Amino acid sequence: MSETPDATGTTVADRGRAAVEAALQGRSRSAMAISLIREAALLPVLAVLIVIGAFVNSAFLTVSNISGIGQQISALGVVVVGESLILLIGGMDLSLEGTYGLAPMVAAWLIVPVSAFGSGTKLNPFLGILIVLAVGAAVGLVNGLLIVRGRLNGFIVTLGMTIVLAGLQEGIVKGNTLFNLPSAFTYLGAAYVGKVPVSLIVTVIIFVATGLFLRYHRVGRAIYAVGGNREAARAAGIKVDRIRLGVYVAGSVLAAIGGLMEAGRVSAVTGQQGYQEGIIFAVFAAAVIGGVSLQGGRGNMVGAASGVILLGLVQNILDLANAPNYWIEAIDGAVILVALVLARLIGGEAAAE
Amino acid sequence: MTETATPAASAAPAAEAAGIYKQFGSTQALRGVDLTLRPGRCLGLVGRNGAGKSTLVSILSGIYPADSGAVRFDGQPAPAHGDTGAWRRRIATVFQHSMVVPELTVAENVFLGRQPLRAGRVDWRGMRARAAQVMAEWGFAIDVRLPCADLTVEQRQIVEIARALAAGTRCLLLDEPTAALERGAIERLFARVRQLAASGVAVLYISHHLEEVFEICQDVAVLRDGELVLTSPVADLTKDDLVTAMVGPDVGSSRADLTGAGPGTGNGTAPDRAAPCLVVDNVSAELPGGRVSSVSLEVRPGERVGLTGLLSAGVSSLARIAAGAEPYTAGQVLVDGERLVPGRRDLALRLGVGYIPEDRQRDGFVAPLGVAENATMTITDWLATMLGFVRPRARAAAAAPFARGLSIISAGLGQPVAELSGGNQQKVTVARALARKPRLIVAITPTRGVDVASKALLLAELAAVTERTGAGLLLATDELDDLVICDRVIVLLRGERFTEFAAPPFDREALIAASEGILRQPKGDTP
Repeated sequence: MSETPDATGTTVADRGRAAVEAALQGRSRSAMAISLIREAALLPVLAVLIVIGAFVNSAFLTVSNISGIGQQISALGVVVVGESLILLIGGMDLSLEGTYGLAPMVAAWLIVPVSAFGSGTKLNPFLGILIVLAVGAAVGLVNGLLIVRGRLNGFIVTLGMTIVLAGLQEGIVKGNTLFNLPSAFTYLGAAYVGKVPVSLIVTVIIFVATGLFLRYHRVGRAIYAVGGNREAARAAGIKVDRIRLGVYVAGSVLAAIGGLMEAGRVSAVTGQQGYQEGIIFAVFAAAVIGGVSLQGGRGNMVGAASGVILLGLVQNILDLANAPNYWIEAIDGAVILVALVLARLIGGEAAAE
Repeated sequence: MTETATPAASAAPAAEAAGIYKQFGSTQALRGVDLTLRPGRCLGLVGRNGAGKSTLVSILSGIYPADSGAVRFDGQPAPAHGDTGAWRRRIATVFQHSMVVPELTVAENVFLGRQPLRAGRVDWRGMRARAAQVMAEWGFAIDVRLPCADLTVEQRQIVEIARALAAGTRCLLLDEPTAALERGAIERLFARVRQLAASGVAVLYISHHLEEVFEICQDVAVLRDGELVLTSPVADLTKDDLVTAMVGPDVGSSRADLTGAGPGTGNGTAPDRAAPCLVVDNVSAELPGGRVSSVSLEVRPGERVGLTGLLSAGVSSLARIAAGAEPYTAGQVLVDGERLVPGRRDLALRLGVGYIPEDRQRDGFVAPLGVAENATMTITDWLATMLGFVRPRARAAAAAPFARGLSIISAGLGQPVAELSGGNQQKVTVARALARKPRLIVAITPTRGVDVASKALLLAELAAVTERTGAGLLLATDELDDLVICDRVIVLLRGERFTEFAAPPFDREALIAASEGILRQPKGDTP
């Protein structure tokens, strides 16, 4: 207060003054410590996994294996960033899986010649990358309009959208696989800078930028406010609908980028990229293991990244351990459940909801 | 127990509550309440919001168990808590909000949960016949085959009464049954209640409208702060007696304590010359929280205008409209001469309307976020750099004066608001409203559920801000203590502007009487 409050007003204020001043002096150490522990909840689990990996196979701790893990989890990681944003505003998007497949599919179809099952328009690959982003944005916009303006349930809308997108993806190439992708188009997913995959570099940049944006940008903070209490955010004058719509678009664009990485990594786009491997399950698992709440408003990029790394490590260790093929999914699922329980135990009430 | 002398009152009680105590958290909702319902008589239960009426109704209908004390029906101890079926046969409650299932027919609703069976299946024909019989017996004219979704509010209420009667209940609780009814329907309801009482049913009639109690009740009981302060035959009382019993002694802080000004010396002259910062012009709206019909009012800079009335009178609806939090369908709202787009809270904020919402848990703060972040949520555009980034230090610096001024006690400005006490949560909500230096503050029940010290502090701060910054204040509340800081008070009744108290001091009894729809000339004032 810049002016001196009048004499009668301060009598009550005086009582709590000491306590208030104490609160304003620096930050509470214990509160900070607790929030650090929560953010780093998965670090011990990751450490244990690395030790296990090293014992299982001596190849685990080699540069080539680690950069291989990095390349494998990059595409997943970018989609997890998209899904985390949508979860943070209290939504959910199952159709990121479809966007992950359809967006690179449409672009590749416009680029490659008829002999590689393309459309024959032979689009410039750089324009193709723009098409990838545009398809992502368009899907996100439709989802967002239906959910935000149409007030439809996000689960059902995006479930329907997943099926539509998967059908389009199959239909456009009639079940064929697009190959002969130009190197400009595959650069993001396939190229290396030294021994580091470009996809990993880009993914790390996306995680860091999104993390900083969420933590320090006013729109990032509004995302937390909308997810934490939509009505309170509205009452505080935040343009809730615009934020939600924007996040659905951003999430889909990120899923499209993830799809582009995957297409580059395997140098082809199948008619089933995305839903063939059921990527949406891994996306949700990584986000939730990483402490992003399905109720909205809680979670951060440090957690989401550790969730992604955890899934990547488990997958890699199972591969290196020559886990029996028929059992690999059961083991994978069990690890996800254990990780959830651990995240809950370490992170407290709010984690893994 | 208060015994009355009239002959009919001596009949054996149909329902009886003796020495009921009930506590919720730190709130003692009922302290030793005795209440007796007798067959053939209608007992009115009145009291202000928070007096304990709802708690007493819930205990009598078996929804909550009492902490101590006993409930008896026809002299027998009440069924065990949780044995809903047995309670329903003893006593039935018609709640304010309809409890019929709209998708089911009238007959199904009348026999809800206890459909007559034949050979293990629902006996549809028998059910319809028996429902029709109940309707005919009591003179209700409703086709039992209609789905309840097609019924009017009045008819749904009849279905609920019929459900009670079909279960054999001879003890009926009506919880503000007229709140949602039109005039004509109210008259018909009264006729039905009289008919029920005449045939030996014991009725407990809970109402905010004193004139209704005088119209249909033989006896009246007054609850205040969880205690029964008066039980008497209606004939022995005047309306003033009832109002006095409801209000009790004045315990609030005085106007001078809170505003630093004597009664009547507030802003009597200066604001009249200034252009109003809020104009509500013939505004109408149909909202879930209460209807508003053609209300007009103005708030001038520096002026503090109180808005009060019963819960359903449209008080909070009108305030939410003025804050841009709810849409309106007719008329217009002007803030500093600019039209408020209906229901656009974000635009209202930018026009300079600070908003302290009624339900702070729902609208007041984002629980997982910190004190500073919540307090500055309305000014992130001011705090942000050109690229839109907000430095935590800038946020803390902006929040600190409010934490000091409002004595927000926390473990640090980063502590999640979820972890604060109710009073401190409310202070954060107030800080959020004041942070943007509003031209107009719309506050709805800003002191509800906060302790006495915080209450005085919040009111003093609101008064101080209006004096210091020249902001107007629209204070919508049903807490009379809050109105003490106001320069004038407007009373709404059933969504319409009923009367105005033009200058402090405001006579508590006159305010309550006006809220109930009774016009009394306040001493020395012309409304």
